[in-house]
Amino acid sequence: MSETKKFLYVNRKAPYGTIYALESLEVVLIGAAFEQDVALAFLDDGVYQLTKGQTTDEVGMKNFSPTYRALGDYDVNKIYVEQESLDARGLTLDDLQALTYEDEDDDWAEKDSIKVVSAAEMAEIMEQSDVVLSF
Amino acid sequence: MSQLHTVNKSPLDRNTLESAIKHATKGNSVLMIEDGVYGAMQGTQKSGMVSDAMNDISFYVLGPDLKARGINEGRVIDGVKIVDYSGFVALVAEHDATQSWL
Amino acid sequence: MKFSVMISEGPYTHQASDTAYNFTKAALEAGHECFRVFFYHDGVNNGTRLATPPTDDRNVVNRWSELAEAHKLDLVLCVAAAQRRGIADADEAKRNGKDADNIAPGFRISGLGQLIEAGIQSDRLVTFGD
Repeated sequence: MSETKKFLYVNRKAPYGTIYALESLEVVLIGAAFEQDVALAFLDDGVYQLTKGQTTDEVGMKNFSPTYRALGDYDVNKIYVEQESLDARGLTLDDLQALTYEDEDDDWAEKDSIKVVSAAEMAEIMEQSDVVLSF
Repeated sequence: MSQLHTVNKSPLDRNTLESAIKHATKGNSVLMIEDGVYGAMQGTQKSGMVSDAMNDISFYVLGPDLKARGINEGRVIDGVKIVDYSGFVALVAEHDATQSWL
Repeated sequence: MKFSVMISEGPYTHQASDTAYNFTKAALEAGHECFRVFFYHDGVNNGTRLATPPTDDRNVVNRWSELAEAHKLDLVLCVAAAQRRGIADADEAKRNGKDADNIAPGFRISGLGQLIEAGIQSDRLVTFGD
């Protein structure tokens, strides 16, 4: 039997200008079926991926931002967003979508999946990961 | 755990070297490859960023990429070790995981 | 170590495929085992047999095919990324109503699960990209 590994998906790029944000999300969703210990990291321009109000009709591209809200249903609920990256970009938690999950160990109470962490905490999260996928 | 961080872009082009250094913990290593090898050169605006981090982090640069770009080994920042592809492989094996800063 | 490689960019435009190739070759020479080479994003473009690069420079596609044959490597192109970018094997072409396929020898098309599996089964996974 395979051991459970700590997978960390690192997102550092803005959405739409390149495909990395969308295609990394596709890996996360498929990966969810493998029952590993999954966490997502959003830092540098990656924090832009989670902003509210993305309206893509006029650029003619699919708005894939609703997909982040489905992560909770896939048991992906450790979403780390870096404070310094938000600050540098004039963003706060209020600018980001509210991503939640239902905690089966707590009577299915709805909880926040996003945890805002410092760069030092993010470094520690990276250090503890077994497999780091960067997009 | 000890991580290996790879950086493949020049620090004057992208922020990946800066971000990698900021997120590397004590005992980690940073390997500069491809266009990232420019980060290993002395006398640039970013050279201090590498030297200042050497107490906690080990720095490496991929020799073949230096040569491809005509960078003389003498111009590499003191303390940055030059490795070839087999050295790259050894670094991957010696560290617990490898994180690529793209 | 048992290692896997992920390649996120296509041939020539980025050095990623070259570095990945040189790394893989060195690792095999050092006696390590390569579990899988997974091509994602534009990396799937490393798997077209229709490339005709100038003959005075390396042939990135053929080089991978040859290394795969010599060492029985598992070269996998992500199906979703391949569909987006027009890389197909005979089955995919038929399934999607295309009049041709273009996959290079030694490569196969499969799902993203192969990447996750590579992460689980390998001791080390290294990504080469932009």
